[in-house]
Amino acid sequence: MVEPLKRKGRAVSLLALPATLFLAVFFTLPLARILLYGLDGRLLLQPETWGRIGRALGFTVHQATLSTLLTLVVGLPLAFLFARYRFPGKSLWRAFLAVPFMLPTVIVAAGFNAFLGDRGWLNLTLTRWLGLEAPPVRFTGTLGAILVAHVFYNTTLIVRLLAHALEHLDPHLEQAARVLGADGGRVLRHVTLPLLRPSLLAAVALVFLFDFTSFGVILLLGGPTFATLEVEIYIQGMHLLNLPLAALLSVVQSLCTAALSFLYSRLLPRIVTPFSLRPAAANIRSPRHWGERLFLTAMLLLLVLLFLAPMASVPFRSLVRLEAARGERGEVRYGLTADYYRELFLNRRSSLFYVPPLAAARNSLLYALATVLLSMALGVPAAVALARRGQVARALDAFFMLPLGASAVTLGLGFLMVFRHAVTSPWLVPLAHTLIALPLVIRTLQPALSSIPPRLREAARVLGASPWRAWWAVEWPILWRASLAAATFAFTVSLGEFGATLLLARPEYPTLPVAIYRFLSQPGGLNYGQAMAMTTILMTFTTGGILLIERLRPPATGEF
Amino acid sequence: MLEVMDIHKTYDGQPLLAGVSFTVTPGETVCLLGPSGSGKSTLLRIIAGLEEAESGRVLWNGEDITDRPPHQRRMGMVFQDYALFPHLTVAENVAFGLRMQGWSPQDRRARVQEVLELVHLTGFEARRVTDLSGGEQQRVALARALAPRPHVLMLDEPLGALDRALREELLEELRRILRASDVAAIYVTHDQEEASAIADRILILHRGKIVRNGRPFEVWNDPGSLWVARFLGVGNILFGKYHPGSGSPLLKTALGEFPLACPHRHPEGEQIGAILRPSAVEEHPGGKIHSRVTDVLFQQEHFRVSLENGLYAFLPRAPRIGERVSLRLKAPLECLGGVTEL
Amino acid sequence: MRKILIPLLLGLLVLTACGPRPPATLTVMTHDSFAASEEVIKAFEQENNVKVTFLASGDTGTALNKAILSKDAPLADVFYGVDNTFLSRALEAGIFEPYQSPLLKDIPQEFQLDPEFRALPVDYGDVCINYDKTYFAQHNLPIPQRLEDLTRPEYRGLLVVENPATSSPGLAFLLATIARFGDPDYLNFWRDLRENGVVVVNDWETAYYTNFSGSSGKGPQPMVVSYGSSPPAEVIFAELPLEEAPTASLVGPGMCFRQIEFVGVLKGTKNRDLAHKFVDFMLDVHFQEDMPLQMFVFPVNPKAKLPEAFVKYAQIPEQPARLDPVLIAAHREKWIQAWTETVLR
Repeated sequence: MVEPLKRKGRAVSLLALPATLFLAVFFTLPLARILLYGLDGRLLLQPETWGRIGRALGFTVHQATLSTLLTLVVGLPLAFLFARYRFPGKSLWRAFLAVPFMLPTVIVAAGFNAFLGDRGWLNLTLTRWLGLEAPPVRFTGTLGAILVAHVFYNTTLIVRLLAHALEHLDPHLEQAARVLGADGGRVLRHVTLPLLRPSLLAAVALVFLFDFTSFGVILLLGGPTFATLEVEIYIQGMHLLNLPLAALLSVVQSLCTAALSFLYSRLLPRIVTPFSLRPAAANIRSPRHWGERLFLTAMLLLLVLLFLAPMASVPFRSLVRLEAARGERGEVRYGLTADYYRELFLNRRSSLFYVPPLAAARNSLLYALATVLLSMALGVPAAVALARRGQVARALDAFFMLPLGASAVTLGLGFLMVFRHAVTSPWLVPLAHTLIALPLVIRTLQPALSSIPPRLREAARVLGASPWRAWWAVEWPILWRASLAAATFAFTVSLGEFGATLLLARPEYPTLPVAIYRFLSQPGGLNYGQAMAMTTILMTFTTGGILLIERLRPPATGEF
Repeated sequence: MLEVMDIHKTYDGQPLLAGVSFTVTPGETVCLLGPSGSGKSTLLRIIAGLEEAESGRVLWNGEDITDRPPHQRRMGMVFQDYALFPHLTVAENVAFGLRMQGWSPQDRRARVQEVLELVHLTGFEARRVTDLSGGEQQRVALARALAPRPHVLMLDEPLGALDRALREELLEELRRILRASDVAAIYVTHDQEEASAIADRILILHRGKIVRNGRPFEVWNDPGSLWVARFLGVGNILFGKYHPGSGSPLLKTALGEFPLACPHRHPEGEQIGAILRPSAVEEHPGGKIHSRVTDVLFQQEHFRVSLENGLYAFLPRAPRIGERVSLRLKAPLECLGGVTEL
Repeated sequence: MRKILIPLLLGLLVLTACGPRPPATLTVMTHDSFAASEEVIKAFEQENNVKVTFLASGDTGTALNKAILSKDAPLADVFYGVDNTFLSRALEAGIFEPYQSPLLKDIPQEFQLDPEFRALPVDYGDVCINYDKTYFAQHNLPIPQRLEDLTRPEYRGLLVVENPATSSPGLAFLLATIARFGDPDYLNFWRDLRENGVVVVNDWETAYYTNFSGSSGKGPQPMVVSYGSSPPAEVIFAELPLEEAPTASLVGPGMCFRQIEFVGVLKGTKNRDLAHKFVDFMLDVHFQEDMPLQMFVFPVNPKAKLPEAFVKYAQIPEQPARLDPVLIAAHREKWIQAWTETVLR
């Protein structure tokens, strides 16, 4: 009786094979190629090499630590807000908070610049009203800008992981502590926070991971003064053509991110199966006395200022003229305009490389569809294999998480070195996107699959269902929602991916984020306005996708 | 002494508690008995300060504690799901309240020893609470609640999650522990057997009010109202017309005329209800009650026999199903009162 | 019947005319800033019966990087866009094969930096500091005459430069200061400049359109490291006709650095003849005259006529700073690193 079961287990493990092979070829291989390149003996012996790596690593850890702490400070109360209180527009806010996570860095940087930058509406308005010569708010190029953008990006991770844990925490635990004489602060310190520790650690590890590998934010908002490992890799590899040093930096970064991914994978199972799950509704209520109402108001204000304002700045700037269309001098007619949207459908320049925005949208769509197909084809069987916990599954679990912390620049470089014969292939982009989407697809599917109690299947079998019918009746209804959510995830990720695309996309086939980037680097209000208009369209799609995921995700499953 | 005065609370627009008042003295165990949804747990939570009443007061030794937050009330509470802190050991769980009250580590250790001994869990100090059995978890929860010497100990269906055998064993131990700790205790349950086993006094909650307040045997012998009689399941309820009769009063029912014991007189012909205890009948060929047996159930000391006419009786033998039996009363029916009052 | 026959015959004729020789494809790898008029390229395509595909591969560094990484299996036949700051790197990597174009004879020796004819000059541009004329007039400020002047207190906080690690004009300007002060004294100059509040940004677009007060961005700094061709560009792009450029370049001796861009035939090309023809085409007058308004660079071919705006508003420095490409290649990284330490950290 033992034998066939074992064989069945092995057959299930085989389902993870395609995804494993895919990662081996398209992730491990390029990475290994880069790493080998970095093992340059002379470089390793130079003390100044290590000084430079040390400095970049030092700043990377420094900013990641600060960012993570700040994200925690913002995210923790928000997690309580979402887990404990009922308030109008809650599910919309919750989905909205996840939008930044999916947005390409160019857009986030553009959003913040449109709001707080030297040419942002705040500065433009203040300068005009107060008759100033220089913009009064200094944002771009400061460490503060980096931190704020990181908070903006990653707060959703803290909120999701912690709110999930909080919602399902037995309310009696806190009540027991209160009856035993603990006031609000001590309940938090002695009971709630210790109980949240695994979730908290996982969230912190994940946020730290993303802050650690941050690239676009540092480059676009931090300016030249700040260089993380990833930025240094980019500068050394792409600008100074110092590939050995770039490779060595990649080695250091990969080791760090691998350690972080491993830590996160270790922590995650402890969240997915908490001590006692409660239905979320038991803990949620409307705010009661003035203190709670004050808390709610303060938190909503925070949401508006930190999240809504930078994002709303984009559609705002896409509809309001604040600058001259082509950088002409003289009076600018301020006011509402639909020009920027209209302009998207016109082909103004007959230049050789001009790609109309509509074509970019079509490219994005095609790449996203290819990514969905590829990542689902690989992810669904892998998730089925991982859902059966075991030694192999656990090892694979950490392995599948690795691309999440991989540096886009390193991967891009590795792709260029390994697949140089295929550098012009349009398939490189969806391949790279699949690499990034795969961990998320698996993470979405696996908890849903694990949540299907085996008893249900057994009951169906005993009631006379064939294996296929049992699967159809029991697993499919749970699976299809999760699959749709996972597919939407992959789609949204592909739609927003920027770093790898910039390196790999053929110039004739840019995606929306790449096209936005091109518009942003051209002068004049018209280009800027068009970039904002395209960003608005992309943001609308992303928000829609996330709302869809929220609807479809099975309740009470882990996040990410 | 705990005094609960005129508590009102609505829930989802429906009145849940509509003027509840009672007192508990130290050393006394009071049982709040009522069907689920009757507001028993809410009442406990209001006393603990976990919920606010819309009106009414809670007093301890004459001092008004209604507006005090729960952590300043010195109440002890045992939840149905125990609510043990999973991140703490047994000893740390028990010491939690002591720590909150600022006991010194030595005193804490001594007191933890003392209560663990009381609940027969000596030696469990370093164990993880998640590794304990249900009964052991229940004892830890009790020890934790008792450790800081609360004014009032409240137990919210504490045995609800346990199986029957364990429940009886723990019930006995609870009585011992409550006696030994000399605390004012409020015990919430929906099980009247459990209530009579542990309570010095039973309060029955119905429609937001306490409808009966008395010692277990008093309540059982004199439910006082039709609803309580039905809720406690004291016996068959018969309705009929009151007839003063010559010596003792009679009740004229659809099944015939039966002698009736009434504490006071009723006007002739008034529609009243009365209890026919299932143990107050016996088989007798001359019995007035004739019916066919529909069901027989073995209940250790006797057989519970259900009849076609809706009555049931405890008989020493097991008649066949379908058999006709004749029963007679060993004692008169117990008067519940006029139907209009019921 | 006839109605059908004639178009059919005509069709056949057309087919036989084009049929046996489908146009070959020539791939030109270049950077994202490459631009050319469509009709100029079309003329070349028609003349040689070839389809030219341009492979824009990122900014200057990225494009060259891709060419070097793919040198075993070249992605293109011709590479255009390596400049004198990266020339040695390309030559060392051996991505080009020599081609001595007959048109080189017209081109001045000063542009011909590779004696082996692997990289052929196409265009040049001078990286100079541009200034906002209005600002200097309004504030009654004298125009700086030498690089040293920039460290004087009256110019405090008025200059924005690009990071040489990420921007090619930034690197060019750094090289100008090295040519002027020598190594390691250029660091003293930069230290003084830093103390005088020089602003550093990552790319030219930000420097010019966000920070510079003379551009449409109306930023805070009235001096920016840009190109000698930027003042004519301001006039050409102005929507309302301008009499005079609103900006000008500082072209004092040694203040500008000349960037020369090269084209080369990639080793391993399968279309050598066509590649040679395309290189010739780039050096010839037609293309050379198209370049200024497309890419805002100057043609190396003296026979090419400059557009009017260029003649009128572009200032060409008489003594641009010069550095040997071999020297640049040997020290570029060290210089940038030292600069980063001095100015940014």
